Amino acid sequence: MSELQLKDLYSGFRDPDTIKALSLAINDEAKKLKEPLKIMEVCGGHTHTIMKYGLKQLLPDNIDFIHGPGCPVCIMPKERIDHAIALAQIENTVLLTLGDMIRVPGSKSSLAVERANRYDIRALYSPLDAIKIALENPEKKVIFFAIGFETTTPMTAAVLEQMEKRGIKNLYFHINHVLVPPAVDAIMSDDRAKINAFIGPAHVSVITGAKIYLPLPKNYHTPVVVSGFEPVDVMQSILMIVKQKNENRCEMEIQYSRSVTLDGNTKAQEMINKFMKPREHFRWRGIGDIPLSALELREEYAAYDAEKIFADILPTEPIDDHKLCICGTILKGLAKPNDCKVFGTACTPNNPMGSCMVSSEGACNAYYRYGEI
Amino acid sequence: MPSRKRIQLSHGGGGEETNSLIHDLFYRYFDNDILIAAEDAAVLEVKNKIAFTTDSFTVSPIFFNGGNIGKLAIAGTVNDLAMMGAKPLYLSSAFMIEEGFSFDDLETIVKSMADELKICGAKIVCGDTKVVPKGAVDQIFINTSGIGEIEKEGISANNLHEGDVIIVSGDVGRHGAAILMEREGLGISGDLQSDCATLWPAVQALIDSNVTISALRDATRGGLSAVLNEWAEQSKVCLEIEEASVPVDEAVQGICELFGFEAFDFANEGTFIIAVPHHHTLLAVQALQKVDVTSNASIIGRVTMKKEGKVILHSLYGSSRYLDLPKGELLPRIC
Repeated sequence: MSELQLKDLYSGFRDPDTIKALSLAINDEAKKLKEPLKIMEVCGGHTHTIMKYGLKQLLPDNIDFIHGPGCPVCIMPKERIDHAIALAQIENTVLLTLGDMIRVPGSKSSLAVERANRYDIRALYSPLDAIKIALENPEKKVIFFAIGFETTTPMTAAVLEQMEKRGIKNLYFHINHVLVPPAVDAIMSDDRAKINAFIGPAHVSVITGAKIYLPLPKNYHTPVVVSGFEPVDVMQSILMIVKQKNENRCEMEIQYSRSVTLDGNTKAQEMINKFMKPREHFRWRGIGDIPLSALELREEYAAYDAEKIFADILPTEPIDDHKLCICGTILKGLAKPNDCKVFGTACTPNNPMGSCMVSSEGACNAYYRYGEI
Repeated sequence: MPSRKRIQLSHGGGGEETNSLIHDLFYRYFDNDILIAAEDAAVLEVKNKIAFTTDSFTVSPIFFNGGNIGKLAIAGTVNDLAMMGAKPLYLSSAFMIEEGFSFDDLETIVKSMADELKICGAKIVCGDTKVVPKGAVDQIFINTSGIGEIEKEGISANNLHEGDVIIVSGDVGRHGAAILMEREGLGISGDLQSDCATLWPAVQALIDSNVTISALRDATRGGLSAVLNEWAEQSKVCLEIEEASVPVDEAVQGICELFGFEAFDFANEGTFIIAVPHHHTLLAVQALQKVDVTSNASIIGRVTMKKEGKVILHSLYGSSRYLDLPKGELLPRIC
């Protein structure tokens, strides 16, 4: 038997003939739609797939996407970015975080600028590197600025578990893990929201299980299809949604069945529960305060909670985006990125004014990069 | 057995130790009359129009699959000359070495430089060595400058015209992916090598075949995406690229999948992009395919006026998108 190659894992899901066939099937089926479909892809990964592969161009005019809030970097309010900067400036500290977080501007500066100012700020590929760095720098405080949706939370939990096991005393956590369902509820609670179907996140669902979306069809009368990230996945999910509409069904379905089950990864869920609990409030950039929409460390781990230990240096005032920014309206499907007055002029990826322009998974950023040809 | 000799501050002090380093190492490998003359400056005779370039090399790690900082320091500068249609002739090389650097490693690097020079026949005719205290540089930095005699005039990033055809000399993204593999390890199996190579023989083949060349550029930092965008902007044209025609090594694509990168954004150190008038397409491809390092040259797109200053990627299933310049800090110190 020949060895499994990496490409075997994705090539089929990008097969041009399959994509073309799905496009034909969707175009055919969509003729029967009674009202235009406005599908929210909640997750930034899907936004990226849709824009990168130009999937919108393969769909009829009566199917449109509304790009959701599912990018952990984009939804981080400025005051929390200021937290990261304040933490990095503590003497004898190493601040660790992930990828794009380094670039995002807070109220006055960014981690990239502060790193150039010679503060020790490092971007990790794997959160578990935090353990290594803490062990290598016993004389320093190592602070992990943890970000991400349900997908990345287990990795932070794994770091906490390792820390406990090895008795590491110089590692602290600033937890910014956020949750998908409360954010979707917040968007749908606005009566003007135009969304009438959802593409459910892929990797979030691997962890949480698809069960977290069961309330959506019931509460908002919107079909939900949990989709994989490849173009064939997304196209197939759209076809499933169109069929639900035409058959007068309104259900939660799983397209990404090769990875997602109803119950998800229960081991990971237990591990998260051991270390973290829902936080009373979390302010989302572009949406505002949403109760129980994020996690925090449990009381037992307060000694490692950077938000508690360093509370006296962390700013508490909320900082809103510029009033010209319409990210909140875009997230509800009431406007498109290019409807915004500052899109591409005063607001660009290098100098974002609002959340959706911040990371490659944000709607405005994706429009800016890939454009609408 | 490898020696445990290390470079000391005295090797850069200008005295006896410096002298012996120059004689025993640099003269031995870079041997030529102009260098050995040991004057304050090299005296060169050049008859035609020349191209002149400089580049500093700080790659980390200094040894990687497919090359090392020395090979890169030669190929990089020589390629910049070649991209202007200039035959590389004379190079300078300046070393900034961290105190305590292994002498054996330095010798390996210098030997690679000498070997790489043989490919295009250029000579190192002057140089400099500085040794700095521990921590002042990361192991070793090298600067090379070079001049070359222009054999083909008029090659310019401002020179692309509607109807020109875009050719890539080989698969893209291998250097960036190889460096990422070395840095992050990941324990992935496979033999992913940097494409680091001297490109003059390929350019010479194009010149010898009398190909009319609109533009040439090696796709170093910023990769294919950067070159195409620079051309579109500078020549005020649109480049339309067939995504599936761009060769990408499977291992490179695999790395991109794992890390969420794009092979088009990854650096190359031995791959270049060529723009030629439509009627010279076949001539150019045939010339390139005869040379080892460009034997996989492929046509990837054409120059149009569809959207000035933009690069458009066409998929196999009928959609298109803009190819933007890479942003953010993918990978610092790749060259």
